[in-house]
Amino acid sequence: MKEISKPIRKVDDQDKIEGKVRYIADIEFEGMLFAKTLRSGRPRARIRSIEIPELPDGYFIVDANDIPGKNRVKMVINDHPFFAEGEVNYIGEPILLVVGPKKETIFEIIEKIKIRYEDLNPILTMEDAERKGKTFIDYEFTKGDPDKAFEMAEKVIEDEFRTGYQEHIYLEPQGVVGICEDGKVTIYGAMQCPYYVKGAVMEGLGWDEDRVRVVQTTTGGAFGGKEEYPSIIAGQVVVAALKTGRPVQLIFDRDEDIMVTTKRHPSVTEYRVGLDGNGRITVLDINIKLDGGAYGGLSGVVLQRALFTATGVYNIPNLRVRGSVLKTNKVPSGAFRGFGAPQAIFGIEMLMHHLAEKLGRVPLDFKMDYALKTKDTTSTGGIIRGEVKLPEIIKEVEKMSDYRRKHKESRKFRGIGLSLFLHGCGFTGKGEESIKGKVTLRKKGKDVEILTSSVEMGQGATTTLRKIVSKSLSIPITQVLYDNPDTERVPDSGPTVASRTVMIVGGLLDSAAKELRERWDEGDEIEVSKIYKHPGYIKWDDKLLKGDAYPEYSWGANVVEVEIDPITYEIEVLGIWAVYDIGVAIDERIIQGQIEGGITQGLGYATIEVMDSVDGELVQRTLTDYKIPTSMDFPKIESKLVRNPYKYGPYGAKCAGELPFVGAAPALASAVENALSVPINRIPVTPEYLLEVLSG
Amino acid sequence: MMEGIFRINGKEKRFTFNPRSRLLTVLRENGYTEVKEGCKEGECGACIILLDGRLVNSCQVLTASAIGKEIITVKGIGDIHSPHPIQEAFVEASAVQCGFCTPGMILSTYYLLKDNPNPKEDEIRKALDGNLCRCTGYVKIIDAVKLASRKMGEK
Repeated sequence: MKEISKPIRKVDDQDKIEGKVRYIADIEFEGMLFAKTLRSGRPRARIRSIEIPELPDGYFIVDANDIPGKNRVKMVINDHPFFAEGEVNYIGEPILLVVGPKKETIFEIIEKIKIRYEDLNPILTMEDAERKGKTFIDYEFTKGDPDKAFEMAEKVIEDEFRTGYQEHIYLEPQGVVGICEDGKVTIYGAMQCPYYVKGAVMEGLGWDEDRVRVVQTTTGGAFGGKEEYPSIIAGQVVVAALKTGRPVQLIFDRDEDIMVTTKRHPSVTEYRVGLDGNGRITVLDINIKLDGGAYGGLSGVVLQRALFTATGVYNIPNLRVRGSVLKTNKVPSGAFRGFGAPQAIFGIEMLMHHLAEKLGRVPLDFKMDYALKTKDTTSTGGIIRGEVKLPEIIKEVEKMSDYRRKHKESRKFRGIGLSLFLHGCGFTGKGEESIKGKVTLRKKGKDVEILTSSVEMGQGATTTLRKIVSKSLSIPITQVLYDNPDTERVPDSGPTVASRTVMIVGGLLDSAAKELRERWDEGDEIEVSKIYKHPGYIKWDDKLLKGDAYPEYSWGANVVEVEIDPITYEIEVLGIWAVYDIGVAIDERIIQGQIEGGITQGLGYATIEVMDSVDGELVQRTLTDYKIPTSMDFPKIESKLVRNPYKYGPYGAKCAGELPFVGAAPALASAVENALSVPINRIPVTPEYLLEVLSG
Repeated sequence: MMEGIFRINGKEKRFTFNPRSRLLTVLRENGYTEVKEGCKEGECGACIILLDGRLVNSCQVLTASAIGKEIITVKGIGDIHSPHPIQEAFVEASAVQCGFCTPGMILSTYYLLKDNPNPKEDEIRKALDGNLCRCTGYVKIIDAVKLASRKMGEK
C-alpha cells in the first residue's frame, strides 16, 4: 500500500520544459479576431448613453443587446451580468467588447467611445454596507446554549481580526477563445471547471447542451481564480463569435487581470469569549463578515466554509457562529485556495494565541486543552469520524522546529509562532451529493483512457489520477491516458476545486478501475463509469446548518520563526516547519510541491501582499505595486507527513491542495507577536502596521 | 513598418514589424510562443530570453534595437532528443508545476550556471529573483538548479 506515495516523474513536464506546451494565448485559430473589454470607470452609476464612433470595416461592438439568453452568469448567486445593462456596480465591470482583426485599431476605437454616467451613491466600505444592512447572505447557527453560558461566565473577553484582499497572480492571465460553427459554439480556455463554463454559456445563449462544447487548454495556474471567472468571459466571446461569425480571442493583460478578476474576500471577524473561574473557555460568539464586492457569485458558499471552519481544531461546548457577506461597490470577491477557511483560521488561531498570552500559558499547551478528538462533535453537530492525529503532528513539528525551547528563549525582535488547523475535504454540505460527479474509464486495446472533467492546472492531477488508475488496474502508467477535458468527450465529474480531485474524483476512478480489472478480458473496448454516491452515514441539513459539513478532514501544524528589524520593522522569516495529515499521499513529491507553494502563498498573504481599495478603485494594479513572494523572500520549508489512511479515499488519500495555505498566516503573525510582545490583529503584517501597533 | 534580420536559436529569421513594437510581441507573433507574456512590465520574468548572451525581459526590449542580434529561447537550449541538463534537472527535481514560468526559469538558470557553475544557495536565489513563480514556493526550483549544477559538472 505504501508504495503509491513514492514519487514518479510527472507526465506533463516534458512539454513544459521544452516550451512546447500551448496555453490559450499560444493557439491561433484561422480567421481569429481579437477582443478588448470596455469597462466601467465608476463604482456605481446609471449609464445614460454610450457614444460609439464610426467603426472601420470588420470591427464590431458586442454588448448586452447581443445576448440571446439570460444576461446573468450562472454561478451560485446568478447576479453578475455578462455585460452591464443600464447600470454599473463596480469599477471595471464589463460594458462591451470591441472586436476586430487588429489590436491597435481596437484600442483606438475604445479610446473614442464616450460613456455618460449618472453617478449613484456607492457603498465603498464594509462598515458602510453593514450600517445600511446591505448583505448578500447571512447565516447563523448555535451549539449548546451560548446565551446561558455567557450569563454564567466569570469573564468575557472580546477581540477582532481583519484580513485583506489577496490576488491570485496565476502566472498565465485569464484567456478564452470562442468559436461558432454549424449552429454550435466551442470555448477553449484556461479554466478549472469546464462544466461551469458550459452551464453559464448555455444560459447566456439559451441553447441546449448539445450545442455548447468546452475544451480546457493547459492552464498556467489558477488557485481558485479560474473557478468562476472564466464563465463570464466565455459567455462574452461566444456572443462575439456568434455576431462576427469568426473565432474571437479575449486574453487579459496583467493589469486588467489584477483590476477586474475576483480576489480573496477581505474579512472582519469579531469574537466574544466566555471564561469560567478557572480560565477555561466555556462559550464563543463568532461573527465573520466578508466583503463580497458588487455581485454575490460564490460568496455565500465561501462564507459557509468560513463559518464551518470558525472554531478551527477546537471543541468548544457552547457556540454562536454567524456571518454575512456584505455588498459593496467593489470588484467581486470569489474563490481562492482555502475558500473562506484562511480568514476563519487566522482569526481563531490568533484569538487562542491572545487568550494564552492573557492567561500566561504556553500557546501550544493552551490550544491542546481544547483540541478535537475522534468522535467529538463539530460546531455543526457533525462527528469527527477519522482518527485525529494532532498529538502526533504536534510532536513532529515540535521536534523539527525546537518550538518549545525557542518559545521559552524568545527575545525582543525574535520570535516563534505556531498554528494548528484543519480543512474539510471536498464540497461543503450537500455539494457532492447534488453535483453527483461521474467518471469514465475507456479501455482500448491495452490502453485505458481517463475521462473526467477534472483539470490539470499545475497541481499534478494528470499524474496523480493516472497513478491511481494504473495501480488499481495493475498496468503501467504509460498505458493510462489522460487529455485536457473536452465536454464532448468527458462526463461531468464536477469542478476542479475544494481539494476534491484526488479524494472524490480519484476515489471514483479507483472504483471504476477495480471494476474494469474484473472485466478486463471481456473485450478490446470496454467502458466503465462510476457516479458519486454520498455515504449514507453523512447527514447534512442545509436549512438548519446541522450535521456533517464535510465527509472528512485533513489536519496540520505550522511553526514559523521570525526576526524583525528594529529600525525598519521588516520581517525576516528564519525558519518554516510544517507537518500534515492528508491521509496518504498519492505522490509525496507532488504533495511537497503543494505544501511549499501553499505556504509561500500563505506567507505572502500574511506579509507583503497588500491590496487596498480607495473610493472603489484598487490602489495596487500592476505587478510592480502588488508584490508576491520571490525566491529571495522565504527560507527553505521543511515538511513532513503523518500517515493516516482514510477508509473511503483512494489508497487512503484525503485532501491536500488548500490545507497548506490555511495555516501559514497565523503561524507567522503569532511569531511576530512573540517577537514584539504586542497583539497582532490583522494581516498583512506590514512594517507600517507594526509601527502603528508599537506606537500604541 | 520595419524589417530586420534576427538570429534565433541558431537560425536566421527576417521579420516585418511595427517600429514601436516590443520584442516579446514580435517573437510571439512569429511563432516563438515559448516566450510567455505574464505582465509586460518587466516584473515576472516569463518572457526572459538571451539577447547576445545577456538575460533580458523581452517585453522591455524594442524590437528595432535587437536587429542583427542573437536570440536564444528555451527551445534553443534543448528538446526531447537532446535535452539540456538543466531541463532534465527541472523534471527530476519536480520543479515544474503549471509550467508558465518554466521557460524563463530555465533560461535564468542557464545564464547563472554559465558564469558560475557551482553557485551557493544565496547566489541561486538572487539569480532567480526576477522570475516569479506562484506554484512551487521556489523550493524545488532551487533544488533543480543545484541538481543541474551537479549534472553539468559531471559532463
